[in-house]
Amino acid sequence: MVNLKNYNAFLQRFVIFLTFALLVSCGGQQMYVTKIEGKDIGITDKNKEVIAIEEFIKPYRATIDKDLNTVLAYSPQTLDKSGQWQTPMGNLLADITLQRSNLIFNAREKKTIAICLLNHGGIRSIIPKGNVTTRTAFEIQPFENTTQVIGLKGEQILEITQYIIKEKKPHPLSGMTFTIDKDNVAQNILVQGKPLENDKIYYVVTSDYLVNGGDNMLFFKKGVEKYDLDYKLRNIIIDYFKEVDTIPLITDKRISVD
Amino acid sequence: MKRRDFIQKTAASTALVGLGLSFSSFESAKTSHLTVLHTNDVHSYIDPFPPNHPKNPNMGGVARRAALIDSIRQENSNVLLLDAGDIFQGTPYFNYYGGELELKLMSMMKYDLATLGNHDFDNGIDGFYSQMHNANFDFVSANYNFDNTVLHGIVKPYKIFYKNGIKIGVFGLGVELAGLVDKKNYKETVYSNPVEASQDMVRILKQEQKCDLIICLSHIGYQYKNEPDKICDLKLAALTKDIDLIIGGHTHTFLDKPTIVKNADGKDVLVNQAGCYGVNLGRIDFYFDNDKSKIANGKSIIV
Repeated sequence: MVNLKNYNAFLQRFVIFLTFALLVSCGGQQMYVTKIEGKDIGITDKNKEVIAIEEFIKPYRATIDKDLNTVLAYSPQTLDKSGQWQTPMGNLLADITLQRSNLIFNAREKKTIAICLLNHGGIRSIIPKGNVTTRTAFEIQPFENTTQVIGLKGEQILEITQYIIKEKKPHPLSGMTFTIDKDNVAQNILVQGKPLENDKIYYVVTSDYLVNGGDNMLFFKKGVEKYDLDYKLRNIIIDYFKEVDTIPLITDKRISVD
Repeated sequence: MKRRDFIQKTAASTALVGLGLSFSSFESAKTSHLTVLHTNDVHSYIDPFPPNHPKNPNMGGVARRAALIDSIRQENSNVLLLDAGDIFQGTPYFNYYGGELELKLMSMMKYDLATLGNHDFDNGIDGFYSQMHNANFDFVSANYNFDNTVLHGIVKPYKIFYKNGIKIGVFGLGVELAGLVDKKNYKETVYSNPVEASQDMVRILKQEQKCDLIICLSHIGYQYKNEPDKICDLKLAALTKDIDLIIGGHTHTFLDKPTIVKNADGKDVLVNQAGCYGVNLGRIDFYFDNDKSKIANGKSIIV
């Protein structure tokens, strides 16, 4: 009983102490920043790992690895998306999207896609030198975007050149070439090697993201025909990797500056 | 002593102490140390990059980040752990599990708060909502109005934290969605001007709530060299006042050190971003004192 009493007295003092502490901190007493230190810390293999986290990840990883570690092709060099007007990575993706979409479009619509335009920001990773796996395709194209074919008038093809010149980004482009003159205007516009005709309808394959206004490619909104191919951009890459042994380095110039 | 007596006596003492205190001054010296840790644009990167990766060999990895965070918590228990958005999308972990693993791991690491990046809408706003139960931390955004969406009432503009006598207000900012995110994904989310939203937030957090520190958790991007008119963290810092720290994202910017910007009042604001993919952890330490004279010559910033 005596002990209990002491304990209560202690508790009582403790509550008073807490109340005091609370009053000080909630009393509107302003605290002032006197010193700030800031840096970024690199996370490297010098850092230890938390075992519980690693163990938690394991089963999730195992399921994915089973699917994705299959080697599909080989890349003798690293393909990167950085560059001025075109890049080997962008060229490859635009070329294979044009080819593989045409397989479907030819069969279904008995028509031919002339141009492929994708967006630079949509390429999310490199193809590293070495073995190319299904995982590589997921890293390049993690999005679930699918391909759509839009029928555009020659006028809108001209808008594409204006857009690219204004954006100054190496958006993946296939099936068309042009040069940029000193006034930043497109010249010598060729589609499948032939001069652009204003009234002709050209079939352009792109992603549903861009058709819906992504990256402000608003010319796609002016399309006169629209076909949904239900073919994911990622599956185009996977199917292509399955088909080839060695990934090529495609360096031809689609856009050049006079 | 009966419990009721105990409570009554304690209440009386409390009142007495309270009264006594109100006459005494608060001159006693008080200091505090807060460590803000942050990531951005982790993009579902959970495993470290392989040793032969051409850009970030052996970098990143959640299990390692967790160990680093743990060791910093050992050093200072007053930690705020924040993420500036784009948690989702970038590795098969997102394609397979829709963000479940990312949010569960962040909860295990005890993240305190995050804001939404554009890619957090990639499975639609419904896809984000369906994963929220895996996060035991909140999301904030002051310039996305979610009133006509499933996130109404769930994502609030700001959150206030109390750490060792320091009151910290953190608000979120998101990037313009039109032209960046498919409308079918963000649905009726309404974007508004980040500068105006920030002005509203600092009025609430500084003047009404009297926070000691205000942090902006931003996914609007560090800087756009090709689009000088576009709002970004550096411009936001210069156009507003009372923000102490802007933690950024979206542009995947690796900085050699945090940037110091003069705000509209001529005071220093720190702007930091930790690159992307969990390669870096940002760390900002704030030291506080209740003695105003100590900052008469300005605060010292060591970056």
